[in-house]
Amino acid sequence: MPVGLLGRKIGMTQIHDDEGRLLPVTVIEAGPCVVLALRTRDREGYDAVQIGFDDKPRKRAIRSERGHVAAIQSKRQRQRQAAGVEAPPRADCEPKRFIREFRTDGEDHGLEIGQTLGPALFDGVTFVDVIGTNKGRGFAGVMKRHNFSGQGASHGVKRVHRHPGSIGMSADPSRVFKGTRMAGHYGNARNTMRHLRVVRIEQDSNLLLVKGAVPGPVGGYVMIRHTTKRRRKAGEGTTS
Amino acid sequence: MHALLKKVEESSYRAEPLEFEIGDEVDVHTRILEGNKERIQIFNGVVIARSGSGTREMFTVRRIVGGEGVERMFPVHSPKVAKLEVKRHGRVRRAKLFYLRGRKGKATRLRERRPKARS
Repeated sequence: MPVGLLGRKIGMTQIHDDEGRLLPVTVIEAGPCVVLALRTRDREGYDAVQIGFDDKPRKRAIRSERGHVAAIQSKRQRQRQAAGVEAPPRADCEPKRFIREFRTDGEDHGLEIGQTLGPALFDGVTFVDVIGTNKGRGFAGVMKRHNFSGQGASHGVKRVHRHPGSIGMSADPSRVFKGTRMAGHYGNARNTMRHLRVVRIEQDSNLLLVKGAVPGPVGGYVMIRHTTKRRRKAGEGTTS
Repeated sequence: MHALLKKVEESSYRAEPLEFEIGDEVDVHTRILEGNKERIQIFNGVVIARSGSGTREMFTVRRIVGGEGVERMFPVHSPKVAKLEVKRHGRVRRAKLFYLRGRKGKATRLRERRPKARS
């Protein structure tokens, strides 16, 4: 898996493509992203690249957040240095609000700590996946949460217009099956939109435009990666 | 609206804005694809409304075809609208001329307005 990007959802709008069609697009501010750390199979047991996005003011960041992005002097630091322990390399940038890791195949991804990434990473890429946290709906009923139809507005229906109705059988099995869909907490969960077309990349303003909707509110953080969906080759089995 | 979002939208605006006003009789030149060939089709009528904002801004043109009213909406910023020619300025007092829908024949005429020459 190649490395992806982190970004912020700016909002949706419509733009015209080359053929004059109106396209619904989501604007994502995807960068600048800084490589903060490299995970290696030898040390951590897996290969990955850690990336940070969006500066956090130093006075708002806790000490460990500041120490993660730049070397800071401390007693323990000096002790370790005296003991001959090599300090891990730091990116030497501002503390970041949004930090995620991207798994890689091996260590030859060609990235270094401190390197800055932008939407140019997706130059020539047609499709991406966008991962975000969808809007929280709190405790939601079955109509909103599971697209149940509810019950009639009239014909004798009383006070149960948005209720689920029956949730099972009678004396046999005399219990409710596990996994029966009911009301409960909905939203505020990780959500992936796969296979979104990259419409435009604007490097100078770090913008990435994808066709269609992206999970989460405007201003929410998202992860963008190369799509994991494989195109069905011509002649391969079709859904029937 | 976010400044970046606005910037993206503005990139989709047409380079030269269409100049027309409500009540104008216009010829709208639209590019249509016929097979593989592109040609220009002209829709003539009176602009009765303009709505929306940004890239979604639309205008409505009304004309009478064979005694039947026909209205067509065009996106202001669509590249498919190749050209817009103002044939005649109508003197109107409101932004939406929906009252024309209830009128027939001579009553649909608008008094002509001679606009002041633009400097």
